[in-house]
Amino acid sequence: MASQDVAGRAESSLATYLNDPKIRGIAYQVLLFVALVFFIYWIVGNTVENLRRANISSGFAFLNGRSGFDISQSLISFSSDSRYSRALLVGLLNTLLVAGVGIVTASIIGFIVGVGRLSRNWLIRKICMVYVEVFRNIPPLLVIFFWYFGVISVLPAPRDSIALGIPLGFETSRGFYGLDYFLSFGSYLNNRGFFLPKTVWGDGAWLIAAAIVVAIAMIWFVARKARQRQEATGQQFPVFWTSVALIIGLPLLAFALAGFPLTLEFPTASTFNLVGGFQVKPEFLALYLALSFYTAAFIAEIVRAGILGVNKGQTEASYALGLRSGQALRLVIIPQAMRIIIPPLTSQYLNLTKNSSLAIAIGYPDLVAIGGTILNQTGQAIEIVAIWMVVYLGLSLATSAFMNWFNAKMALVER
Amino acid sequence: MQEHDLSYVRAEMVNAQAAPLGERGLVRWLRINLFATPADAIMTVIGIAILGLVLPPLVNWLFISAQWSGPDRSVCATVSQGGLQPDGWSGACWAFVNAKFEQFMVGRYTISERWRVWLVAIMFVALLVPLMIPRAPYKGLNAIMLFGIFPIVAFVLLVGGVLGLPYVETQLWGGLMVTLVLSFVGIAVSLPLGIVLALGRRSKLPVVKMVCVIFIEAIRGVPLVTVLFMASVMLPLFLPAGMTFDKFLRALIGVALFASAYMAEVIRGGLQAIPKGQYEGADSLGFSYWQKTGLIVLPQALKLVIPGIVNTFIGLFKDTSLVYIIGMFDLLGIVRQNFADAAWASAQTPMSGLVFSGFVFWLFCFGMSRYSMFMERRLDTGHK
Repeated sequence: MASQDVAGRAESSLATYLNDPKIRGIAYQVLLFVALVFFIYWIVGNTVENLRRANISSGFAFLNGRSGFDISQSLISFSSDSRYSRALLVGLLNTLLVAGVGIVTASIIGFIVGVGRLSRNWLIRKICMVYVEVFRNIPPLLVIFFWYFGVISVLPAPRDSIALGIPLGFETSRGFYGLDYFLSFGSYLNNRGFFLPKTVWGDGAWLIAAAIVVAIAMIWFVARKARQRQEATGQQFPVFWTSVALIIGLPLLAFALAGFPLTLEFPTASTFNLVGGFQVKPEFLALYLALSFYTAAFIAEIVRAGILGVNKGQTEASYALGLRSGQALRLVIIPQAMRIIIPPLTSQYLNLTKNSSLAIAIGYPDLVAIGGTILNQTGQAIEIVAIWMVVYLGLSLATSAFMNWFNAKMALVER
Repeated sequence: MQEHDLSYVRAEMVNAQAAPLGERGLVRWLRINLFATPADAIMTVIGIAILGLVLPPLVNWLFISAQWSGPDRSVCATVSQGGLQPDGWSGACWAFVNAKFEQFMVGRYTISERWRVWLVAIMFVALLVPLMIPRAPYKGLNAIMLFGIFPIVAFVLLVGGVLGLPYVETQLWGGLMVTLVLSFVGIAVSLPLGIVLALGRRSKLPVVKMVCVIFIEAIRGVPLVTVLFMASVMLPLFLPAGMTFDKFLRALIGVALFASAYMAEVIRGGLQAIPKGQYEGADSLGFSYWQKTGLIVLPQALKLVIPGIVNTFIGLFKDTSLVYIIGMFDLLGIVRQNFADAAWASAQTPMSGLVFSGFVFWLFCFGMSRYSMFMERRLDTGHK
């Protein structure tokens, strides 16, 4: 029997060949590759044909054309005479601005709510739970609309702006009794946005910036020295309070030395609008608030999972070693929780950045909104989409590279 | 010699005394949960202050001052805005939602043909509910009906153009119907496609692996808005002249591809969590690749990642609202479009519409997440 089998197999060497997983693998891959090449060839052929018929020249030469539109909010100077490439740069900066500010705020709210969900206090726990469950289960676009159409656009008109401040007195039907809006901050809220006093720096303001840099360098140096001393002698040095003193004291000193080179330009009411001051546009405000509140709900869940992920024995052991609860939290629990928190936190930061593209729905000029305008004007669909993909992929890769580096620093060094 | 010395021995046990007041009932609960430490007490006071600040106006706006029915904007506007309400009035305009309810559900679908949508909705519920109840019988038949036969019937009914049903173009579709169709198709396409992509990414064949990695990372790296733009402006460029896609179908393709990239990563996590012994065990039993994958690996991997899969579904459901940006009107889009209706424009209209649509979205997403928790517990076999 056995000999027959061997003989049979030897005869049909073709079957052996066909059943060889290696050969099969190569065959499948060649098949896939050829199919893919044909598919791409077909697509490219169609695209070239379609573009030729629509009279659109491909390539990025259009970027040098005059844009011909204005952008409501721009970090760099821009006019309708500027080029398309500059418009895209404005959009990119606006995207980065709202993403950066949003990430900071979302992290702060998220950490507070996440810790609150683990509070011993029943009421705080429930309030945080309701927050998370509400915001996690509605679309981000709806949150943006909520702030834009539901809150900001129904604020009073500029004439009846809400002055932000703490009233030292009380309002009655016959007028305002009391001193004034004592802590008014000179800020106003109305349906055109949020108006803040603008800081105008005079001569010598560079001294303050220099002082901040010096303070940071000194803090780094002090922290290093204190660490070395603690490792050598066991004596501790109050690094935190020294740092606070340095970072506040040095710039203040420089501020005084330079002769207080700061003036505030307050927004003042004119006939139809507030003039002067620094205006935060309603589109930015709505997008920023929505992204922060929406992402914070997810961050809260990540923080909660991270803290729950640290073994309770760690807390107990650090108390047994005589650490106070603040020290235990700072030195034992948070470093371990961070290891669990960082990877999903990275993807939430990326989600926030990508969700900032929803700006187009309320007219905040981010990269996608400006790209969409250019797309409508020039018809360069492929190039614009390619720019979008490159920029967002670049942002994703840069963020994950940074977070991976940070993660590696924080990771547990195992045996 | 102690045994008989005692002059008095109590014959029965002393009855347990009630715990001190601070250790039982409501007082104990309050002490432990709200006033454990001074800091805790301060937090509680702050919490109550927040609730006191937020809840009464909210309840007032939602229910007490709300206007439930009315012919037009006058019931939702104050006198100075040209309405009936006293100045300073603020309340939800449910009359707006009431008047537009049918539009919020089906958009501008031909009115005489709307029974078709209701019929599809009834069929969907009738097929979905027994599938979700674990004890209901005929699961296999039910699943085939829902994922095999129902889509064909629904397609025929919703689109029409055959069997004497008038054709209803997708331009007229809108509202919750669009949201649900997009999510259902997205879910039905993204799960199998995600499995294929995840398997491809774990494949030993370099070309297959590379294709899958590029697809997944390229889609995951960009926002859905750009994918939708791509589907709406680039897809027509890729096709030969004369061959056009319906706009709705293009959005559907965009959403489904986007969701499958995310699904692939979730499933890959499950595949990686399966111990190597399972793969080797299947190999030693002489299983082919597909037998090994279909009978051993996937059933375990999918069960592990149910929460992730459902999260992707929830994300997909929420993301369907983005089709508004390429000019389609899902639930959120049609609510947003109706803000511009002059007959209903008032200061309260936008907020009322948004709260209503938010509540509908929330209901679906929250339901999905709770159901997934329930299934997770049910399928938990105790192996970890």
